[in-house]
Amino acid sequence: MTTRTDASPRAKFDPALLLVVPAAAFMLLVFVYPFLNGLVDSFNPKKGGWLANYSHFFSTDNLWPTIWTTLKLALPATLINVGFALPIAYKMRVKSRYQRWITTILVVPITLGTVLIAEGMLTYFGPKGWLAQFLQFFHLYEGSIRLTHNYWGVLISLVISGFPFAFLLILSYITGIDPVLARAASTLGADPKSQFRQIYLPLLAPGLAMCFCLAFVQAFSVFPSAVLLGSPAGPTRVISIAAYEAAFEQYDYSLASAIAMIMGFVQLIIVAAVLGLRNLFYRGPVSGGKG
Amino acid sequence: MKHDFSDLRLDRVTRRFAGAGGHAFAALNELTLTVKRGEFICLLGPSGCGKSTALNCIAGLMQLSGGSIWLDEQRIDTLPPEKRGFGMVFQNYALFPHMTVAKNIGFGLRMRGVRAAEIAPRVAHALKLVQLTGQEHKLPGQLSGGQQQRVAIARAIVIEPPLVLMDEPLSNLDAKLRIETRAEIRRIHKELDRATIYVTHDQDEALSLADRIVVMKDGVVQQIAPPHQVYAQPANLHVARFMGYRNVLELDVVREEGDRVELKGSDIVLTGVRMQPLNGARAALAIRPDEIVVGEGPGGLNTVSARVENVEYGGRDSLLDVVTQSGMLLHVRGPVTTALGDTVRVHVPIERALVYPLD
Repeated sequence: MTTRTDASPRAKFDPALLLVVPAAAFMLLVFVYPFLNGLVDSFNPKKGGWLANYSHFFSTDNLWPTIWTTLKLALPATLINVGFALPIAYKMRVKSRYQRWITTILVVPITLGTVLIAEGMLTYFGPKGWLAQFLQFFHLYEGSIRLTHNYWGVLISLVISGFPFAFLLILSYITGIDPVLARAASTLGADPKSQFRQIYLPLLAPGLAMCFCLAFVQAFSVFPSAVLLGSPAGPTRVISIAAYEAAFEQYDYSLASAIAMIMGFVQLIIVAAVLGLRNLFYRGPVSGGKG
Repeated sequence: MKHDFSDLRLDRVTRRFAGAGGHAFAALNELTLTVKRGEFICLLGPSGCGKSTALNCIAGLMQLSGGSIWLDEQRIDTLPPEKRGFGMVFQNYALFPHMTVAKNIGFGLRMRGVRAAEIAPRVAHALKLVQLTGQEHKLPGQLSGGQQQRVAIARAIVIEPPLVLMDEPLSNLDAKLRIETRAEIRRIHKELDRATIYVTHDQDEALSLADRIVVMKDGVVQQIAPPHQVYAQPANLHVARFMGYRNVLELDVVREEGDRVELKGSDIVLTGVRMQPLNGARAALAIRPDEIVVGEGPGGLNTVSARVENVEYGGRDSLLDVVTQSGMLLHVRGPVTTALGDTVRVHVPIERALVYPLD
């Protein structure tokens, strides 16, 4: 038997640990419990065996394709958001007269709700909206413009609402990289293109992966804009619409839970794949040494 | 990019910044300097004196506001840094954290399109030069500060630049390592036989490394001279203060005879050597603490009586603060046996008492 002394490696109980309690209770009540409840519920179908909901989902023609429908919206929207945010954030990394203005303008949409964006887009992009009238007035494009109530309407709204998010995340990653690294690279003969490819991109890769995951999860759970701006019966019948219908039109909570679980599982696969790729890159601190 | 050159010329190199209230101020004002191949130049001065600005201008990391830079007959201040081909060692090393030591060192060669088969031996040679063989597969984060510094040096010299620029490379190292790395930098400089421009605020570093020292203040060059001259014959009062002339006494001019000046305070009379034309009835006499002798001067000349007010033990000797009857303070090095409250006689050698106009 050993006696515990003050010098023992087992630390005494730190009362500050109690600060975790509210957050832990919150997580348990509003995340862990509902999640477990839904998980259990999804295995208690109205009729049939414990896997009946899942087999129903994957054998019904207006259910299982919603996975692809959602992926077809969420993946391009995420790629566009991350893909455009990266060069713009890269340009904005140095302080300039315009930096603050451009950053502000780019970030404003984050303050708008998806419903507000949808309303605005219906007015602007609709068949008789401002854009169509403008193009026709100047005879720039005579054909009919269909950017609402279809795939494109939803994609555009996902870009509008998702871009500021991706931009801000990437901007914070980029400004965290010591600019002296790029200067060092330039004295060693790296032109601006090589400085980006050899220094910034590899150091940003883990952050970009993280940003991709967050933006993707956000886009994959698209609901209001898919209803308001898409054609919820056809090409934008996303998986959240299927879950909504099951829960509030057929009152089959068990099936809705199963669809929600499938939705979460698909997100998990994509996120796990991207985070797995992230491990291939350097993930340490991004400064150039002491300083 | 040429490796053989005979000199690098800075012609009235100036860099202005927008200051408060829209007024431009010159961080670097008309620096003119010719650096010969094989020379080791130190830019020395307190922080904010423009020495790092000068280095960044030479490297191409900062645009000039005026003047020009020439490598032999080629004007280079219009080239971007990647076209100048100078090696630069940064104060915080600026190693690429995601690359191994070998990749860091080989970076400049890869950017120059050197074949992989040729890169490996050159990297190995550079590693050997900085005594880091065996560390090539580590990431910078796994190295100590001193090792990181040597990687930074290897990375800068492996491209065989005509000119190596170093921005306070030793300021992050501890005292022992600083002296070791200092010697190493000097050795590598000799081995490469090119030119080095080294920025520092540490006069010991500048004295031990440089062939010539450029002392700067507020963007303006104060003196360009070999170390012994900067040490013993500072061009003005500012340089003297910076080079350790801790005793600066403001006294009345009694008479000038040749380059000798006799000065007088309320209870002391001292003679020194005039370094610059004087401009008034008062002048400053500067002398280093270690050049004042405790004891009587020849014939009692240039000798002052004072009371010991403070003693700092320094091992071989002590640093004494002695005060004359009228309250004039002198810093003096004296025997360790000196005690607080003693009255001593101190002698100021005429040749080492330098007289400058007041600034």
